[in-house]
Amino acid sequence: MKICRINELLNTGPIICCDDMEIDIKYGFASDLMSDVLALANHNVVLITGLINIQTIRTAEMMDIKWIIFVRGKIPDETVLELAKQNRINVLCTKETMFRTCGILFGNGLQGAEISK
Amino acid sequence: MMNNEILKLHYDIVKGDYIRGGEASSNIKKALMQLGVDNAIIRRVSVACYEAEINIVIHSLGGYMEMKIYEDAVEIIASDVGPGISDVGLAMTVGYSTATQGAREMGFGAGMGLPNIKNNCDELKIDSTEGGNTTITMKIYFK
Repeated sequence: MKICRINELLNTGPIICCDDMEIDIKYGFASDLMSDVLALANHNVVLITGLINIQTIRTAEMMDIKWIIFVRGKIPDETVLELAKQNRINVLCTKETMFRTCGILFGNGLQGAEISK
Repeated sequence: MMNNEILKLHYDIVKGDYIRGGEASSNIKKALMQLGVDNAIIRRVSVACYEAEINIVIHSLGGYMEMKIYEDAVEIIASDVGPGISDVGLAMTVGYSTATQGAREMGFGAGMGLPNIKNNCDELKIDSTEGGNTTITMKIYFK
């Protein structure tokens, strides 16, 4: 699924630090627990989370995750967004809940990530 | 066996500092990238480092992380000044956690930290005494 399609489906508004709207992403991983992301996710996913603090960006950085969707209408503060930019991590924000976000994306072809362990 | 130390990095880690927590691991990752280490190895080192660093932030009174890069491996030492792990075997159990509410609000405390460190390392040694220091030594070989 192309990022521009995710943007359209979730009405995410402007993408922060957008590298490439045409990039294709196959898998999603949703969690508010960064411990689980670190233990179970793969690097080639879009991370769907409602946790908007700096450690979400650190977690993505360590895992080489380049795309994050923040759900439930939450918008990270400037410090968090700046760290995302420094690490070329692309950030999208949607008002949809995590459940609906996952449902919409899955229904339109994004697959659940195979867990890595 | 590890040959010829190439680089050594040292970072102090502050108790409860959730804002700067992860900076040491980030710097270590960047150093490995500059050295041209394989991406999959970097990811393993990064995750192990970050879990260990966050453990120091969450659970300890403060400490340090040290990374030594050799020709054939990376060694990371994460050491704190207490209060020690009362039962290392229990701490290694997936899902077991003594994390505070503050740590949980930052997205940690799922009881995955030490097991995940183990999964990402080729060698792991944990030295801890209740009421004393904890030192975790992790080795990842380039192969």
